[in-house]
Amino acid sequence: MEPDAAETFAPEIAAVTMAASPPSRRRTFRWRSKLEAVVIPVGVILVSMILFGVFVALQGADPIAVFASMKKASFGTWFSIQNTLVRAAPLMLCALCTAIPLRLGLVVIGNEGALVIGGLCATAAGLQCQNASASTVHIVMAATGMLGGGLWIMLVGILKQYRGVNETISSLLMNYVAIAVLNQAVNTWMKDPDSLNKPSSYPIPDEKMLQPFGDTQIHWGLVFGIIYCFCAWFLIHKTTFGFQVRTIGANIRVARLAGLAVGPVTLITCFLAGAAPGLAGMVEVAAIHGRANESLNAWYGYTGILVAFLARQNALACIFVSVILGGLLASGGILQRAHHLPDATIVVFQGIVFLTILFSESLYGRFKFFREDTA
Amino acid sequence: MIKLRLLFTTLLAIISLAAAAAAKDITMGFIYVGPKDDYGYNQAHAAGKEGVSKLPGVKTVEEAQVPETVAVQETMRNMIEIDGATVLFPTSFGYFDPHILKVAKQYPKVQFLHCGGLYTPGKHPANVGSYFGYIDEAQYICGIVAAHTSKTGKLGFIAAKPIPQVLRNINSFTLGARTVKPTITVQVIFTGDWAMPVKEAESANSLIDQGVDVLTCHVDSPKVIVQTAEKRGIYSCGYHANQSSVAPKGYLTGAEWDWTSVYSMYAKLLQEGKKLNDGGIPHLVRGGIKEGFVKVSPYGPAVSDAAKKDADAALAQFKNGTMVIYKGEIKDNTGKVVIPAGTELKQQDPVLEQMNYLVEGVVGSVK
Repeated sequence: MEPDAAETFAPEIAAVTMAASPPSRRRTFRWRSKLEAVVIPVGVILVSMILFGVFVALQGADPIAVFASMKKASFGTWFSIQNTLVRAAPLMLCALCTAIPLRLGLVVIGNEGALVIGGLCATAAGLQCQNASASTVHIVMAATGMLGGGLWIMLVGILKQYRGVNETISSLLMNYVAIAVLNQAVNTWMKDPDSLNKPSSYPIPDEKMLQPFGDTQIHWGLVFGIIYCFCAWFLIHKTTFGFQVRTIGANIRVARLAGLAVGPVTLITCFLAGAAPGLAGMVEVAAIHGRANESLNAWYGYTGILVAFLARQNALACIFVSVILGGLLASGGILQRAHHLPDATIVVFQGIVFLTILFSESLYGRFKFFREDTA
Repeated sequence: MIKLRLLFTTLLAIISLAAAAAAKDITMGFIYVGPKDDYGYNQAHAAGKEGVSKLPGVKTVEEAQVPETVAVQETMRNMIEIDGATVLFPTSFGYFDPHILKVAKQYPKVQFLHCGGLYTPGKHPANVGSYFGYIDEAQYICGIVAAHTSKTGKLGFIAAKPIPQVLRNINSFTLGARTVKPTITVQVIFTGDWAMPVKEAESANSLIDQGVDVLTCHVDSPKVIVQTAEKRGIYSCGYHANQSSVAPKGYLTGAEWDWTSVYSMYAKLLQEGKKLNDGGIPHLVRGGIKEGFVKVSPYGPAVSDAAKKDADAALAQFKNGTMVIYKGEIKDNTGKVVIPAGTELKQQDPVLEQMNYLVEGVVGSVK
């Protein structure tokens, strides 16, 4: 998973020095590896489009027309760009839940659960203080949402660190626990008795909701997502804490040998990772649903995993990948409406992209042309 | 003479314009939460859309697998802005609040008709309406057929959630069955969600192991349950759509929606230029067997003549409006009287929309 892990064949101490050496040491611009990082993803997109084009043609539609419609429906007009950005917002926050712990070498896929718990906690807190001013309500909701999601994923970290439980399995199973907690909460102690056929919590008052910007559909979720991605990138790449995280991810035994506090770093990292989808859950409640119910569980979390892998666990790349994937998802409808393709078509495209990306991981470093030390 | 001809042509033009306006073309948009071929809830609506699209002057557009998030708001806006839809049928219950309410405010000229919602005048936008059917009438008929067919005296009901709509179906099915065999029991399992195929199959197997020999359900896609029943050699009653092709031997009958008739009714009103906003189209539309909202599947090969006779008799009573399912005295399964003797609750009664009990004869709990 971790591309840097390929270098662990080097002696362990060497791995630490490599992680430790500041990147700006060599002044020469390393254009070849930069070019590789652009050419391979672009190649991936081209190959996926060709494969998808074949699929579309087999389904009896004209691939060129389909691509034209998809472009129109995702980035063609201001109206469709808004749709794309609205879809991208929860994706980037959810992606961080997988992307950040990947730096530690942990594959956490509890995004959906953290989102649900975050949304549930934010609703509970928001309802408690609904008489306060709108901004107070938002701050309290955001804080509890992040706290809820953070603690949820921290639990995964604790299980891993102190009990040796595989984090992928535990976080996956905890998604189901979270959804069960949500259903239980909206059916019992948080239930609004008026919500007969769709059990829900009491609603957050309309005037206390997060409002969209001007007359667009775009809301604060996008801003939160971009800020969080920037902060996560800065934390991982530019701080001592991030250095510790990357060291642990590169080689945990060496990190222990060097005296790093592996336990606390793991737990804090997991907390920060879980807080991101927790915030996404808060935004879902505060900007869209207005109450907690089963609609919170809308598979953003699982798409977030995809984003994290496509972005190769780079927090900044998560922003761009989310926008592209958001556009892809936003264009799913037009394939059905204008081209009468089956509703699963867009999922097929997602699957093709994902598989091609996974395959492309094996291509890095394979081409002589992209090597810096070709001489 | 020329003047007369001019007058005549003008008149003709006006008449033809009026005629064109009277039967104007409309574009109807349909949105489903699941796949169109789920043998269930969504397929029933998609069949309704297919039916209405054959009418002259009706254009339709549809989108499936639309989750109850901003995605459905986006789909509604796309259908209005790009496809030119003037009336939308977002069919999932969860689309209503907040999604339909929000988009309806932004497009006051578009008509939003929601399946199953509760329209509240004054609180909800005037261009929003709701429609639903009393499908428990068809469940009552299924209960009669199931009771006639069962040899063990144990029927099984696999349900998603203990909410009023679902409880009403279970209760009507049981009341129907008990008119035939007053001691028959209906065992209920709640799976917890609308589409849980694995849990539904497990529940079906466990009920069959306990001696249940007729199964029915209220989940989004009954396919797995009907299939499991057939595989285990017992009988089944369908729900939402016709599942007889999945179980050619054991399929008895089923409670089906007839959305084609409902959507055609709306298409006619809309083509006449009527609108929700001015009351031309009623905000709340409800109906049962009599109004053509629901129907029962054609009887399968295992249905006896005695069962057919009783079921047809009840069907006739529903059609002439003399049948009342919820007629006191009715006790719940803890022995408490929920409808006192002498009280008759007609289908339209709002009390029934808040049902929170299981009637006597049902083995299970709403908790």
